[in-house]
Amino acid sequence: MEFNGTLFAQYLILGVTNGALIALIALGYTLVYGIVELINFAHGEVFMMGAFLSLSAVSAFGLVSGAGWAQIALVSLVAMLAAMLFSGALNWSIDRVVYRRLRSAPRLAPLIAAIGISFILQGIGIYWKGSTTILPPNLIPTDIRSVNILTDWLGLETRIRFRALDLAVILLTVPLLIALSWLVYRTRTGKAMRAVAQDRGAAALMGIDVNRTIATAFLVGGILAGAAGFIVAYYTNTARFQMGFRYGLFAFTAAVLGGIGNLNGAVLGGLIIGLVWSMSDGFLQTYIPWWGAQWTPLIIFGVLVLVMVFKPTGLLGEAVPEKV
Amino acid sequence: MAHNVMSNGRDSSAAMLDVQDITTFYGNIQALKGISLHVDQGEIVTLIGSNGAGKTTTLQTISGLLRPRTGTITLGGKLISDKPAHVVAGLGVAQAPEGRRIFNRMTVMENLELGAYSHGKPDPNDLARVFSLFPRLEERKTQIAGTMSGGEQQMLAIGRALMARPSVLLLDEPSLGLSPMLVDTIFQIIQDINAQGTTVLLVEQNALKALAVANRGYVIQTGQIVLSGTGRELLGNDMVRKAYLGED
Repeated sequence: MEFNGTLFAQYLILGVTNGALIALIALGYTLVYGIVELINFAHGEVFMMGAFLSLSAVSAFGLVSGAGWAQIALVSLVAMLAAMLFSGALNWSIDRVVYRRLRSAPRLAPLIAAIGISFILQGIGIYWKGSTTILPPNLIPTDIRSVNILTDWLGLETRIRFRALDLAVILLTVPLLIALSWLVYRTRTGKAMRAVAQDRGAAALMGIDVNRTIATAFLVGGILAGAAGFIVAYYTNTARFQMGFRYGLFAFTAAVLGGIGNLNGAVLGGLIIGLVWSMSDGFLQTYIPWWGAQWTPLIIFGVLVLVMVFKPTGLLGEAVPEKV
Repeated sequence: MAHNVMSNGRDSSAAMLDVQDITTFYGNIQALKGISLHVDQGEIVTLIGSNGAGKTTTLQTISGLLRPRTGTITLGGKLISDKPAHVVAGLGVAQAPEGRRIFNRMTVMENLELGAYSHGKPDPNDLARVFSLFPRLEERKTQIAGTMSGGEQQMLAIGRALMARPSVLLLDEPSLGLSPMLVDTIFQIIQDINAQGTTVLLVEQNALKALAVANRGYVIQTGQIVLSGTGRELLGNDMVRKAYLGED
């Protein structure tokens, strides 16, 4: 069977955009794990709550059909910022109210608490927006949604679709990734975060407020999840109280795949998962008639198992040199 | 009970660092059973004792990593024993902890910058001072700290603590695990640091070297101070010679 380049390119675009979104969520897992060694199972739900808040924010604006590009961009930005603030504050509060009290408890305790919080947030999600899949309030009209940059703007002769919507996802995600990297590697706060991650006691001896630094990691992780919530809701044009589960699980897998605790690893893992996801959901079907999206988790977790077997620290995770 | 080799019934209220009768527990286990000691401005004071006597616990309690159940610690007359470690650090107590505990995955420079965390930005003068004391650190500025040798890591741990420009520098076993030549170097540097005006509280198992550089010393045994005096007095004390200097 012949290789279908157009189709491959199409799923590549889809994979990269999805991957960037997964990376945004995965960074929240990896930031928190890196600093307190807790898998924050509620993180997916923090993402979902961000998505829900952005929907409410958009309907508060009450955009009428026929809105122009500038208006759409403005409302998008405001809704996304609102979601970021909300999810950031939510994640920060969860740490302040629950995890901080369990800081010196056995490690299973905060883990179970995280699972509990994820159920609580799902419950709140059902109460807030109902238990069915919902269509986000009108923000991006269909004619704008389907603008194809390659044919409509650049006038190329191609069947590949690279929509303005796909570009928007990249344009919103990449600056956030860069901003995070800047925060962690270039600022005093970031240095404190890395110090606490490596040795809490030694960090305190330097004058670093450990609890505040951990809280900052939760805040930043939540902010990224909120941004992802808005973007996913409007990119896929659906939202549901369970959306945090699938994205959360894939993002967590991405974080582990890349080497949990490693920021670049989370981004790499996100891109890999995004590509595997889109290729499996669509591209493979062209060649394997019985293949379908239901096999995607199998592939994703299969890849994870393989990496864990051959490189248990994840792709970019490394054994730390420790001299006595 | 603790007693002075020479009776110098001095008033400790003017001390830079004043530890009064502290008790510290790990759960139900009492590690410190009423430790009192003081360090005056400009002194090198050493705390010697065997493994498990409570030396590190004393330093950790002073730094605020552990909280005393009873007793008080003051720095320049200000109570610090009720404050968490990061606040104590900000008030002027810096520690180069046991096992060095440098930030392995960061560069030498980043470690030094973290030492000055309480000041916001590192002071170029402090940096120049650390580099003049430890030229090796300047050569290795951009190296990942965890890849350096044990001796270099010890220099980094001390340099990092100096970056805080502390009122009192706590050193926990700085000679541990170093080659004899490096041990001499480290003790020389401790004297240099002190000569530049930094007050030092030095915890050591190497009693001979520690007492040789110290103005005064305390001997700690199972969580209690059993002896105190000037470095010279303790070096001449029979009990110290038998127990810590390995003489018959």
